[in-house]
Amino acid sequence: MEWTTLVESEIFQPDHRQLIEELGETRLREWVLEMNIIRAFEEKAEDLFARGLVHGTMHLSIGQEAVAVGASAAMEDGDYLLNHHRGHGHCLAWGSDVRLMMAEFLGKETGYCRGRGGSMHIANVEMNNLGANGIVGGGIPISVGVGLSIKKRKTRQVCLTIFGDGAANEGAFHESLNMASIWDLPVVYLCENNQYAMSMPVQKAFNIRYISQRAAAYGIAGVTVDGNDVLAVYDAVRTAAQRARNGEGPTLVEALTYRWKGHSKSDRQAYRTRDEVKEWQARDPIHRLAHLLEMSEAEYEEIVKKAQAAIEEAVEFANASPEPDLSTIMEGVYA
Amino acid sequence: MREITYVEAIREALFQKMSEDETVFLIGEDIGVYGGAFGATAGLIQQFGEDRVIDTPISEAGIAGACIGAALTGFRPVGEIQFMDFVTLSMEQLVLQAAKIRFMFGGKAKVPFVLRMPGGSGTGAAAQHSESLENWFVHVPGLKVVMPSTPYDAKGLLIASIEDDNPVIFVEHKLLYKIKGPVPEEMYRVPLSQSHVVRPGKDLTIVATSIMVQRALQAADQLAKEGIDVEIIDPRTLRPLDDEPILESVVKTGKVLIVHEAVKMAGFGGEIAARIAESSAFDYLEAPIRRLGGLDIPIPYNRNLEYHAVPQVENIVEEARNLAALKV
Repeated sequence: MEWTTLVESEIFQPDHRQLIEELGETRLREWVLEMNIIRAFEEKAEDLFARGLVHGTMHLSIGQEAVAVGASAAMEDGDYLLNHHRGHGHCLAWGSDVRLMMAEFLGKETGYCRGRGGSMHIANVEMNNLGANGIVGGGIPISVGVGLSIKKRKTRQVCLTIFGDGAANEGAFHESLNMASIWDLPVVYLCENNQYAMSMPVQKAFNIRYISQRAAAYGIAGVTVDGNDVLAVYDAVRTAAQRARNGEGPTLVEALTYRWKGHSKSDRQAYRTRDEVKEWQARDPIHRLAHLLEMSEAEYEEIVKKAQAAIEEAVEFANASPEPDLSTIMEGVYA
Repeated sequence: MREITYVEAIREALFQKMSEDETVFLIGEDIGVYGGAFGATAGLIQQFGEDRVIDTPISEAGIAGACIGAALTGFRPVGEIQFMDFVTLSMEQLVLQAAKIRFMFGGKAKVPFVLRMPGGSGTGAAAQHSESLENWFVHVPGLKVVMPSTPYDAKGLLIASIEDDNPVIFVEHKLLYKIKGPVPEEMYRVPLSQSHVVRPGKDLTIVATSIMVQRALQAADQLAKEGIDVEIIDPRTLRPLDDEPILESVVKTGKVLIVHEAVKMAGFGGEIAARIAESSAFDYLEAPIRRLGGLDIPIPYNRNLEYHAVPQVENIVEEARNLAALKV
């Protein structure tokens, strides 16, 4: 696949039929389930918050499930993940235990981070998931070190680094993509463009058509895909990861998607219209894959129920888990 | 014992650790063929090649991030920030990432790296190349802050810092680079978080950091001629701080002067003073705790103004003499 690094790139179109054949319907039905588990997790998170059962805030990824599932599916065991504050979906798609995630979300000792991290800082270091990040663009410089480390160890690992459209306007983005480029680091930079940096629309925050065009400035490959098309995300990220594994350096992949919910729990969404939200909801990434697979409504409902049951079990596990003991408050600052 | 300079001691520590441990590598601006702005890494690229002595673009956030990412995945990087002033451009990565990763992840990750940087004034480099910002980092749980004052400590503390499993901010001083002192040729460690009684005395305690240890020693020689016997304590590691030797010394002498180059306002001396005041050593004080620090101004360019912006030997002598003369 030849990707343009010219100023006007076009949205990449995958060959759906070929991908379905290659991946097989069984695996793709799993993806429908995975995306539904993410959505059910987010809906439960919102529900728990509304009922006052969690404190703090959260950033829901409903509507963006295809980015998480497509990108994770394109990576291999042993690869690294760095992601962002709207990261529940990435973490789940990476193969994390939904019970330990829910326990972390509820601040329990059994959670991935012993209840110290919470929604914005879930990591699963054993699976090379190096963590979500509460700072916009905060994980991007770290990817440079992970990439260097892989290169020094001469393994075939790749670091998938996911960030949002807002992060692409941080200075750290510039420093890091340049360093990754000059050293040909095995990193896939996946910009999850959900159209808004909190309230700032991409149309106002950028004077370019696609964020992937910035790849040209670093001398790396760039491509924009429909982020609500899980097969497109998979295809682009897989190709980018293969390039990285072959020593061809980093790639900037932009996935166009949309956040259905507000930025966080304090968002009244005064910056966008209901019609706009509805328009994007009509492009539901999960329904799209189900439709491609010609799933019956009954089959789909069964999957949704299965996902919801997994989340209910996770909530039960988390609720039954102990709170961190106050006597352990000082632990974990220093190694 | 053989005498070498502070900067040679740092280079020797880097050379010996890199020879011994393949996971140690250097990363920073102009550290390769240039040898570092102050020569700390001179010759190392010839020894270890450009894969282990990595020249970077001018990207301080990127350097810090590179250290963190490599540390998280099995390496022990030593980064260099060319002037401590420029670390302001790395602050997000250091304060919000490096310092917090282990804690946020429930103690399940470690971030072992060292970030070296020269601080301090006295070179005519003016306000943006002369900062002493160590206390910014002292305020951040999860970081360690080390400030060697002698060639011996520079080598031993750097080796210990590289071997430490936490992010260490290693603050060198531009004016100390050329001072000479005894340094063993073999590898040795000066343990972190161990304050050091540099000079024993009975009349007065001076707690000093970095170059102020050297100035306090000169002051102590002058004061000795006046019959004032000064004890000097160098914390060496500012965070986590070993305050026991300081408190014990105050109990012994009853008088304490704290000296650092950084601006006095909200400086490290305030923490030392507070710890003394909060402890039982307070009962032994025979005079108010005194502090000497930088004036409440940026470092000026003019030679004379620059000189007077931070404590000098004569300021320490005068302050200590006055303090020694105070009667309860």
